[in-house]
Amino acid sequence: MKRVNAVIVGAGAGGGIVAKQLATAGLSVVLLERGPWYTAADCRKDDLRNQRTTVLGNAFGPEDEGNPRVLYDAGGQMRTVLPSEGSYQNNAACVGGGTLSYGAMAWRYLPQDFRMRSTYGAPAGSSLEDWPISYDELEPFYDQAEYEIGISGDYSGTPFHGPRKRPLPMPPLPPNREFEILSPAAKRLGLHPFHIPMARNSVPYNGRGPCMRCRWCVGFACEVDAKNGSQNTVIPAALATGNCELRTGCMAKEVTVDDRGRATGVAYFDAGNRLQTQPADIVIVSACAIESARLLLNSRSKLFPNGLGNRYDQVGRHLQGHHYTGAIGFFDFATYDDVGPGASIAVSDYNHGTPGLSGGGALCNEFIRLPIQMVERMPPGTPRWGLAHKQAMRKFYRQNIAVMGPTQQIPSADARVTLDPSVKDKWGMPVARISGNVHPHTFEIGEVQSHRAEAWLKEAGAIATSRFGGKPTMVSGGQHQAGTCRMGNDPRGSVVNRNCQLHDVDNVFVIDSSVHVTNGGFNPALTIMAVAYFASAELVRNWKGTGFRS
Amino acid sequence: MSGDRVATILMGVILPPCRQGEKRMPSSGQEKNLSRRSFVALSALGTTLPVIGCKIHAGEGWEFLSDAQARTLKAVCDAIVPADDYPSASQAGVLVYIDRQLARHYRRHRDAYRDGLLALDDLSRQRFGGDPASLTPQQMVQLLTEFQHSHRKQFDLFRSHTLEGYYGPPRHGGNRDAASWRMLGVDEPPLRGRAQYDLKKDTAS
Repeated sequence: MKRVNAVIVGAGAGGGIVAKQLATAGLSVVLLERGPWYTAADCRKDDLRNQRTTVLGNAFGPEDEGNPRVLYDAGGQMRTVLPSEGSYQNNAACVGGGTLSYGAMAWRYLPQDFRMRSTYGAPAGSSLEDWPISYDELEPFYDQAEYEIGISGDYSGTPFHGPRKRPLPMPPLPPNREFEILSPAAKRLGLHPFHIPMARNSVPYNGRGPCMRCRWCVGFACEVDAKNGSQNTVIPAALATGNCELRTGCMAKEVTVDDRGRATGVAYFDAGNRLQTQPADIVIVSACAIESARLLLNSRSKLFPNGLGNRYDQVGRHLQGHHYTGAIGFFDFATYDDVGPGASIAVSDYNHGTPGLSGGGALCNEFIRLPIQMVERMPPGTPRWGLAHKQAMRKFYRQNIAVMGPTQQIPSADARVTLDPSVKDKWGMPVARISGNVHPHTFEIGEVQSHRAEAWLKEAGAIATSRFGGKPTMVSGGQHQAGTCRMGNDPRGSVVNRNCQLHDVDNVFVIDSSVHVTNGGFNPALTIMAVAYFASAELVRNWKGTGFRS
Repeated sequence: MSGDRVATILMGVILPPCRQGEKRMPSSGQEKNLSRRSFVALSALGTTLPVIGCKIHAGEGWEFLSDAQARTLKAVCDAIVPADDYPSASQAGVLVYIDRQLARHYRRHRDAYRDGLLALDDLSRQRFGGDPASLTPQQMVQLLTEFQHSHRKQFDLFRSHTLEGYYGPPRHGGNRDAASWRMLGVDEPPLRGRAQYDLKKDTAS
């Protein structure tokens, strides 16, 4: 197979951007993606089979057949889990990765989010650390992501954001009814509500039309292609350069290395399940936190018997997502207008600065609710079935608001991905085993956050409320999974350097959420994108200077 | 033609045709009976099942359930979502949904259904001297209340699947004529174009 400059594993938020940046700089690129390329026409609007409600399977991969993982929960129970089960911690397997079907919140992390250890000190038993890069260094790349991917929203209502050079490229969508109800209530509480930044066209942008505000939003591909992910922005741009070839249905097996310890390319199973090897000068792993760690651990050789980049047993550790907590309020008037995307209002007053707590998180109203998603969310005391449940559905489907938020996790080195010694996937490769749990201080923060959500709902007029969150018995990952190939200056405590380059092998990079040291109190997509632009810029600069050719 | 399909064409976006398994179910009165024995024989054919499944749909009967199982399951579903001003679970096609998934995505739950429905029949005879299908609605609530404690796993499956069938999309056989969505006041077919700009043909990619 013809040698190329760069082979990228994974066409999601990170890999798509790297492909475009390298191809634009003139490098020849092969982009491998294990899933297919779905388009707007593949939005099947199936309430039971999408990427959020998966009772009949994942709409955008991976399929249940042949892709197991093994879960060790905090109680020591081990079991094999399917991709459509929540404990699998799935994201997606398709061109665009999670960004095809995400809710598309596109936050910048706050300056303190990059300096968590300096701000709070590490709670006992945690692996809380600072990032080796700062918000200020990342700011130009957040800006680039906001304008190239296309973000709508308005930060002007809140003082709680880092310095920025210009506003978002698109205004927010007009407020829905929940925004109108929650905004004055937040202000009465002294909070600073604002419009959630979203990777969604509110006006025509990038040659595509605006959101039509339908119900099938989070969890679905957008029927009118108004939701912006890598599949409809940077990946088409990468292909348009003529320097990038996208190969779908290709599952990476390992990063291959020579006897000097340099990577030579990627071995993968193609769409016909034939083993292929793509030689390349540099390899970029962008398969999302769990699968990127698994690929490195599966890349074992004489020089790297424990996997690539894993000299100090760091690959796969610090797995983190977000601990979602909040409350549902029930009202005696209609609050819900069924206008997508639903989530519209946020406060970030509670992300930092509470004495005794090492952080916090944003609080937002929930995305649009499909009827099936409401059946477990009836007011406290409602029977789970029977006439009373049916009548409660009828009464409260339009008379409830959920406020919740991604509590920033305190990372733990024991929350990790390893290889399972016995369970294999359909290609015969050891699967990811997920073990450990969230650091307990995270639960304390989440508990406070749920009370704050409840107070906001009560101020807005809720006649009954119920809080949720609790203490899950398994590690959090899912679509926000991060942290498994930590970025840092010390090779003993991290996997990649500040440029996302493996400490061990200088022509291998990990560019996705794996490198996040901490994961902010916000959805991580825009930070994955900003880091991808940042790392790509360094990579291109080095390519033009010293070069990577062996 | 389903509401989904109409709306889709209005948007000028062509979807691929529905797969066989996702066609709307004809009402059960037009279906030909198929014994469980022949169904098991057919299912042994493995990958050809979807094609044959289409022929089964053309007739009357179930893909997985026996008539006795269907009678008990109907009583269960209608206790979980009873009729009032709006249809009950079975009136909205929930049995069709569950039966179809037991031949597809919920194959792994077949044993739980077989065992659970038998156990419920037994419990019903012990408590009331008859099958669940013969009980009054009040007796059925009593029976299921006991069953959800004695057979929690099976009850939770029955409940989840009934609610999925009732509140999920009509394409899987349940929520016939979008009955539950109409009950909730959810637009069906959905309203679109609520953005402040109309979607121009040439901007949709």
